[in-house]
Amino acid sequence: MADIQAPRKSNTSILNSIAFRGVAYQVLLAAGVAFIGYYLYVNVNANLERQGIATGFDFLSEDAGFDIGESVIPFDSSQSYGRVLVAGILNTLHVAIVGVFLATIVGVLMGIARVSRNWLVSKLASGYVEVCRNVPVVLHVIFWASVIRNLPSPRQAITPFDGIFITNRGIIYPIPEAHGIYPWLGVALVVGIIGAFVLGRRAQKRREETGQFIPTFWPGLGLILGLPTVVWLAAGAPLVWDVPALRGFNYQGGASLTPEFVALLIGITVYTGAFIAEIVRAGIQSVQHGQVEAARSLGLRPGLVMRLVILPQALRVIVPPTTSQYLSLTKNSSLGVLIGYPDLVNVGNTTLNQTGQAVEAIAIMMLVYLLISLTISVFMNTYNRLVAIQER
Amino acid sequence: MKNLKLTAVAAALVIAQQTAPALAADGPTLKTVKERGQLICGVHQGRYGFAVADSKGKWVGLDVDFCRAVAAAVLGDSEKVKYIPLGSVQRFPALQSGEVDMLSRTTTVTLTRDAALGFNFGPPTFYTGTGFMVRKDIKVTKVDELDGASVCVFPGSTTEKNVSGLFKSKNMKFTPVVIENSKELVGAYMSGRCDVLAMDQAGLPGHQQYDAKDPNEHVILDGVFSKEPLAIGVRHGDDQWYDIIKYVTYATFNAEELGLHQATVDKMKNSNNPNVQRLLGKSGDLGKKLGLDAEWSYRIIKQVGSYKDIYDRNFGEKSPLKLPRGLNAQWNDGGILYGFPMK
Repeated sequence: MADIQAPRKSNTSILNSIAFRGVAYQVLLAAGVAFIGYYLYVNVNANLERQGIATGFDFLSEDAGFDIGESVIPFDSSQSYGRVLVAGILNTLHVAIVGVFLATIVGVLMGIARVSRNWLVSKLASGYVEVCRNVPVVLHVIFWASVIRNLPSPRQAITPFDGIFITNRGIIYPIPEAHGIYPWLGVALVVGIIGAFVLGRRAQKRREETGQFIPTFWPGLGLILGLPTVVWLAAGAPLVWDVPALRGFNYQGGASLTPEFVALLIGITVYTGAFIAEIVRAGIQSVQHGQVEAARSLGLRPGLVMRLVILPQALRVIVPPTTSQYLSLTKNSSLGVLIGYPDLVNVGNTTLNQTGQAVEAIAIMMLVYLLISLTISVFMNTYNRLVAIQER
Repeated sequence: MKNLKLTAVAAALVIAQQTAPALAADGPTLKTVKERGQLICGVHQGRYGFAVADSKGKWVGLDVDFCRAVAAAVLGDSEKVKYIPLGSVQRFPALQSGEVDMLSRTTTVTLTRDAALGFNFGPPTFYTGTGFMVRKDIKVTKVDELDGASVCVFPGSTTEKNVSGLFKSKNMKFTPVVIENSKELVGAYMSGRCDVLAMDQAGLPGHQQYDAKDPNEHVILDGVFSKEPLAIGVRHGDDQWYDIIKYVTYATFNAEELGLHQATVDKMKNSNNPNVQRLLGKSGDLGKKLGLDAEWSYRIIKQVGSYKDIYDRNFGEKSPLKLPRGLNAQWNDGGILYGFPMK
């Protein structure tokens, strides 16, 4: 017996330990991944060196030498490739942020409209969803680009209101000339929004404690709009419009949205909006009908049923898939390269071609999209935790 | 899709196996091309006169003819070419990664491209410079009047930098509209999105003739605003292939100079001129020195033509463009084409 037991003891090798195996597999996998990464790095360097191709990121500080059509930050051709890439990143963020904002509004409205009991409204919304989500996003973008390019030239601009010009060079609109008081209007607006938010929370707390309903919509709106107005009036109501006027080839003065920006924005918004509409509809329909009936029988108005009963429960279904839609919208903004919007991919491609640093330029683009996507994910996951149903 | 392809090319560059350059009789590129039985040539996606697929889907143009000349010299048949249409952004990675054997794609030779991208460029096959086309109704007659204009321009091209530099030097402003796809870019100009279309001047008449609803509504402004020597590019590290490209180009120049053209080359076969005899492989061993057979240059002239044949077919009298030869004439005829002695 002892003869048999002794070898068995020594057989219980560390290889059979579950804990060890768990760690070992992970270490092996990590080592494998690291090795492949190292191999690719060494191989690419060897290949580049063999072909006599210069490598590295030194080109970022060289003069770019080319101009871009629009930029959030000032840029001209004597500045560096690094700066033009930053301008490209900001253009990407610009169209993506506005796009996410608009797609959410379109999606929520269309999603609610789809479950509306009004036959016309619900059919129109389904028509929008079915048409827009079944057409590839590339075609959306190119379609809107060609629509806008075929608008009248600056000399025959469409002017829906005085001072606003819709042309194939973009939408040109007047803006107020800068004045010292304007930053304070912004501050007042932020204070107003915070005030309205606090008011809403107070009212909600009061309602939960006492059941007493306090209307907050009009007071809140008054706070948000009223505060800046008061500040503006107190400063003597300064307002001078910078009205665009046709000089030379194009309008000077005012501000403008370029055709490329508008086409890309409409294209990706309309496309993503259709998907968000479906997500919102699914979220609303995931709330059992009994809940709605219960809420109605308590005497809640339809708007309140939506706000207080349906949406809070629907949001936990809506938020996670919407995050993916935001991500895909951001990545789809790279289609701007097809129509000439100077986003990251567009200026990245130009940089790549001027400098020949293909691997570096594409690595930068990939890294930036990765960072933007991860940021959106983190933000949306946090929001998801906030709207998740808390057990009470 | 463009980007996918671009990424794929960059990925190919990343994972391409390392192959040591062999210095044997047949260099690696020549060997690969012969074994494959086909030359893979990177060309423009569509620029009239240089490379464009005709109504039957056959590639035609000056750049295309140089691909055919190389195929005729190396493989004996000018039709054994596979054309890879490349955007201005994809062209360099495509050559670097070995996707194409040679790049004959309206490519301007610059120091950076020659030295830092790992390329060698043959003798220029075409001399041009940045030119501007505008609609007549904007009543502009010279470039100095373009302050504030929107300019349609290809991305990553030397033109893009030239336009920026030119407007800056004249203290004028402009808005670039940069679209990679030629069709989209020219379409943007034609639909009125831009006031000006900027590209190599030799490319403008083609778009004026073929893409405009009424060619008379457009005018090409006088003046050429940069030096754009367009040449065939090959990879560093294969000197023999580089030599072949170089002397295929010179063969077309020298053929014209010697009066050897596609239609007449057979009649000249028995000429006593030693230069003609050498070029047609009747004497000497020029082909052998390049790693080719004796009739390599005869086939170029017979199947593709002299430089005059190539120019006339694509830009000159026999084409709708009717572009005067200008700099692209022989050195003894007011131009700067100067074929090196082939002996």
